[in-house]
Amino acid sequence: MNEFIFFLNKVVIDGSVIGGIYALGAIGVTLIFGILRFAHFAHGDMMTLGAGLSLAIAVVLSQAGLSTPLPLGFIAMPIAMALTAAIAVGIDRIVYKPLREAGARPVVLVMASVGVMLMIQGLVRFFAGSKMRSFYFSERKDIFRIHLPFIAAHKPLVIAEPQILLIILTVAVVIALHIFLTRTRDGKAMRAMSDNADLARITGIDTARVVRLTWIIGGALACAGGTMLSLDVVFKPDLSFNILLPIFAAAIVGGIGKPYGAIAGGFLVGFSETLAVFNWSILLRPFKGYVPHWLHVPANLSLIPTEYKITVPFFILIVVLIWRPTGLFKGRVI
Amino acid sequence: MSLLCARNIHAGYGGINILNGVDITLDSSKIGVVIGPNGAGKSTILKAIFGLLKVGEGSVFLDGEDITNEAPEHLVHRGLSFVPQEHNVFLTLSVQENLEMGAFIRRDDYSARIEYVYDIFKPLKAKRNQPAGELSGGERQMVATGRALMTEPSLLILDEPTAGLSPLFMSGIFNRILDINTAGVTVLMVEQNAKQALNIAHKGFVLASGTNRFVGSGRALLDNPEVACCFLGG
Repeated sequence: MNEFIFFLNKVVIDGSVIGGIYALGAIGVTLIFGILRFAHFAHGDMMTLGAGLSLAIAVVLSQAGLSTPLPLGFIAMPIAMALTAAIAVGIDRIVYKPLREAGARPVVLVMASVGVMLMIQGLVRFFAGSKMRSFYFSERKDIFRIHLPFIAAHKPLVIAEPQILLIILTVAVVIALHIFLTRTRDGKAMRAMSDNADLARITGIDTARVVRLTWIIGGALACAGGTMLSLDVVFKPDLSFNILLPIFAAAIVGGIGKPYGAIAGGFLVGFSETLAVFNWSILLRPFKGYVPHWLHVPANLSLIPTEYKITVPFFILIVVLIWRPTGLFKGRVI
Repeated sequence: MSLLCARNIHAGYGGINILNGVDITLDSSKIGVVIGPNGAGKSTILKAIFGLLKVGEGSVFLDGEDITNEAPEHLVHRGLSFVPQEHNVFLTLSVQENLEMGAFIRRDDYSARIEYVYDIFKPLKAKRNQPAGELSGGERQMVATGRALMTEPSLLILDEPTAGLSPLFMSGIFNRILDINTAGVTVLMVEQNAKQALNIAHKGFVLASGTNRFVGSGRALLDNPEVACCFLGG
């Protein structure tokens, strides 16, 4: 049964964690595409920026002598989310809005977002340097080892505190987003504008307000995703290199423009990654006696080596774009 | 005084003028119908009035106020509502949500207005929670018109409300337009089904090549032999 616990730790827990982080990023990508009709390539760096802001605020809080049962980075996150949202609205005002008003084509906005991406990357490095930084500079990361009593296993389930927080946070975000989109006037207006922007305008929907809300939600969730990833692993200024592709894959798999699809897509990409790098020969170990002698079971039976994990979202992206460009939930074709 | 007064409108797409001096004046609580052959500029004049197309020359007055080239999102606040010919409902939103979006600019309680719309377009009530994209063409036109009524407009502009509908639905839509007008709403619409439309029109405008060819009461235009032969198909 130890092998089964190993599977739970490596696939179920890790997959939920990374899937939740991808979902938080992909929601923003898909909302921005739905409302503004362009692929926002700076989204990965917005996640890095948000994580960097959380880290900076956590350092300030620690120096102020604050000590809480929850990680300081998590306490700092709401403030960083508000700041990232404000920065996202500001970037839109300065960069994207003038382009929109000049009637620029979507590809021009995409290129502008690449520019914004490089700019944020530079800024983050300017302030945070190029080294990795742990959020746990003054406190210890709590790791829970849960022994399952009802199955014969010696190994415990291992889950870190930020992973628990992330799973709770993701569930809360999904519920809040659902209530926002289906119950509130602004949420319905957001869906209406995503559905038909011209009709939204002639109906009298305040489209500027919807655009602002889109950046606020996208920016705040990007910050949350980036911070949780950095809390779980470590803060890296080049975080976005490893996250941009999976979040786009998640948004496209889920059908671009569909928030629920982005959430499902995030978990699909996350679990695909953990399943692809999982060493399946471990699950075969209990059956060693039943395997014929002539069949040699290699020690490592993973689909791809861990260092090539980033190819998984690449592969998913290509498969979806070729065979089902609208995504699993029938979004728009990019 | 006329509610709507569009004078000598010149407008077009990409430097090519479609309208070369069209006049549309309509009194309050009347139904105005614009007819004419394809390419005469029927839809174009509606778009020019509603600010969807830049008016190069000429002026549009609503209730004595100049609204020439005012943006559609502002005109909604002035009591204008526009129903485009195509893509006129939010497909992924439910019928009820479409109506709620129609009332986006309202901050008061509009639930009575929603009931009023369900009262005019009775088939919608049972389908209130269904996405508008799942409805038939006729039902979508009801949703689109209902959505436009939510602001309690003084002037309702309809671009070919019966386009693509079966004759059965068509007379239904014309009857509903009469009901809406009876409630005091001024209606300006473009129609391909010229005869039926002129039948309910107080005033008709026959456009050809971007100018007014005939203007008169609906009855007078129907009786005019030249209109009948050239524009009503004999």
